[in-house]
Amino acid sequence: MLRALQIVFGSLVVAFLILPIIAILPLAFTSSVFLTYPIPSYSLRWFEELVTADVWRLSIINSLIVGGGATLLSTVLGTLAALGLRGNALPLAGLLRTLFLLPMVVPAVVLGVGMQIFLVRLGLASTYPGVIIAHAVLCVPFVVVSVSAALQGIDPAVEKAAMSLGAPPITVFRRVTLPLAVPGVVSGAVFAFATSLDEVVITLFVAGPNQRTLARQMFSSIRENISPTVAAAALLLIVGTLCLAALAALLRRREKPAVA
Amino acid sequence: MSRASVRDRSRAFALVAPLILFLALFFVWPLWTMVTASVVDDAVTKVLPRTAAAMADWDGSDLPPPAVHGALAEDLRTVQDQQALGEAVRRLNSAVSGFRTLLTRTVTAAREASDPATLDLSTIDPRWSEPRFWRAIKEAVPPYTDRNLLAALDLRRDAGGSIVAEEPGAAANRIIMLRTFVIAGSVTLACAAIGLPYAMLAAAASGVMRALLLLAVLLPLWTSLLVRTAAWFILLQQEGLINRALAALGLIDAPLPLIFNRLGVIIAMTHVLLPFMVLPIYSVLIAVPRNLMPAAASLGAGPIRAFWRVLLPLAMPGLMSGCLLVFMVAIGYYITPALVGGANDQMISSVIAFYALGTANWGMAGALGLILLAVTLLLYLVYGRLSRSPQLPGA
Repeated sequence: MLRALQIVFGSLVVAFLILPIIAILPLAFTSSVFLTYPIPSYSLRWFEELVTADVWRLSIINSLIVGGGATLLSTVLGTLAALGLRGNALPLAGLLRTLFLLPMVVPAVVLGVGMQIFLVRLGLASTYPGVIIAHAVLCVPFVVVSVSAALQGIDPAVEKAAMSLGAPPITVFRRVTLPLAVPGVVSGAVFAFATSLDEVVITLFVAGPNQRTLARQMFSSIRENISPTVAAAALLLIVGTLCLAALAALLRRREKPAVA
Repeated sequence: MSRASVRDRSRAFALVAPLILFLALFFVWPLWTMVTASVVDDAVTKVLPRTAAAMADWDGSDLPPPAVHGALAEDLRTVQDQQALGEAVRRLNSAVSGFRTLLTRTVTAAREASDPATLDLSTIDPRWSEPRFWRAIKEAVPPYTDRNLLAALDLRRDAGGSIVAEEPGAAANRIIMLRTFVIAGSVTLACAAIGLPYAMLAAAASGVMRALLLLAVLLPLWTSLLVRTAAWFILLQQEGLINRALAALGLIDAPLPLIFNRLGVIIAMTHVLLPFMVLPIYSVLIAVPRNLMPAAASLGAGPIRAFWRVLLPLAMPGLMSGCLLVFMVAIGYYITPALVGGANDQMISSVIAFYALGTANWGMAGALGLILLAVTLLLYLVYGRLSRSPQLPGA
């Protein structure tokens, strides 16, 4: 009796979690202009719309530009910081770690208002550098967490062994520490890119019409006149993020052996 | 301190410094800008410095002494920055309408006057003999104001300067804040009601079953928030999948109203935030020795008693951090209520976005943002204390 209840409850929750995401995928292939089931016939017209209509095509390009820029910026800064935090050579390391995580905690709208006023004063509002910087702020926590975890997994004995064999610190870092940390850096970059790809709220505040990202375009499309293009874009995002997540998971698995 | 450790320390600092600098410049400073935007009110005092000084001795009752007239005429005559003047006019006009025409006329007259210091302004425009215009200037002259912060809490200062409650008709912010807490609280409760048994199930399962149950939680976490909200938007529609399915099963005759209302917002937000509840509880429960429940049973406790006295107390830290996390994230939500909710389901973030994007009223946006920021940081502080690590799950 209890067992049956458990199975029913478990399946219901799994369905609640998974089905909504799966349910919208076939709608991307509908030939109708309505987002409803049953699907009359299948076509690729909404994907065609996605790559040919200017607003959608430009928004995909913008997402790649902004995501690429924000990923590069946050990965460089976050990796350096994670290396600096390693080994607790710094006073107040705990406080710094908390500061680096805060962009994840502060409500997006609050940061958005601050960013908007600030970037307008700097003259960076509605420019690519402004949007990239704003996205990078949000991406930094993911890089710091990911690289820190990878560094934590490195056995200090490996580095000590290299040093005892006569390698100077810079060589140890270049030949031992860095290669072992690379999976963490890559998975941090993947998380950063996924975060930027999905970001809407900050973009709403700091981007102009020329920096409209895919997520931002989806947001206004759902709001104003929803069409199956949104489902096609959603499919693109799901496939994209799942590929990225699989890549990150693969790298995390590969970094496991380094954990002593 | 040895020389090596000094070197280690300076190298570590050099590595951390770029990110500290970056976040100080593009994270802390913007937030500080927002906070100051809510209290700084220097548009008028920048343009009318002499008037501000001359008004210091005037108590605000009746009309100001002639010296103030002269100071105002002098200020207006010498103003160079047209944009600053425009901002000052806008600020005054929002307090008492009519200032726009009044000041434009006065600026022209002051520029033409041969001796502005002795000018009687009421000869230029009769409105200068009304105390309310002068009082508006006096109120706008201090460079800092608590007006926005008070307004964010539905309070204002009356003519005498004491803090009073806003009239019920004009008061909306407290209702929005209460609504934000009610929605966030409902979502937290729904997440706890589903998440606790689910986490128990996942922790008790093993092998493929456990992996499957966890994958079901992680998959939505990896999927774009916007995609999940779009999915609910499509599912909950009048002609959406849920209504179609219920009608096909013969459970309903007419479509249920699921979208643009509170129910839709709570369903969609529960879906989005459920992983944040399951993961902390799960991480606490897998550390519980597996033989505890059989031990409780062997001591004569029924399943319910064993749950109440053994498992729940052990799961409590996870449940508490899960609840805090869900509540903390939920109160700042914008996208889901904006897309799935109706006009009466908008939370504090929507109001902030309205002030900032819709009306460019950064003072009010900043004041409400400050309140949301303070509540969120307070919850995060408690969360950090409770879970020992400041990291959020899923990162």
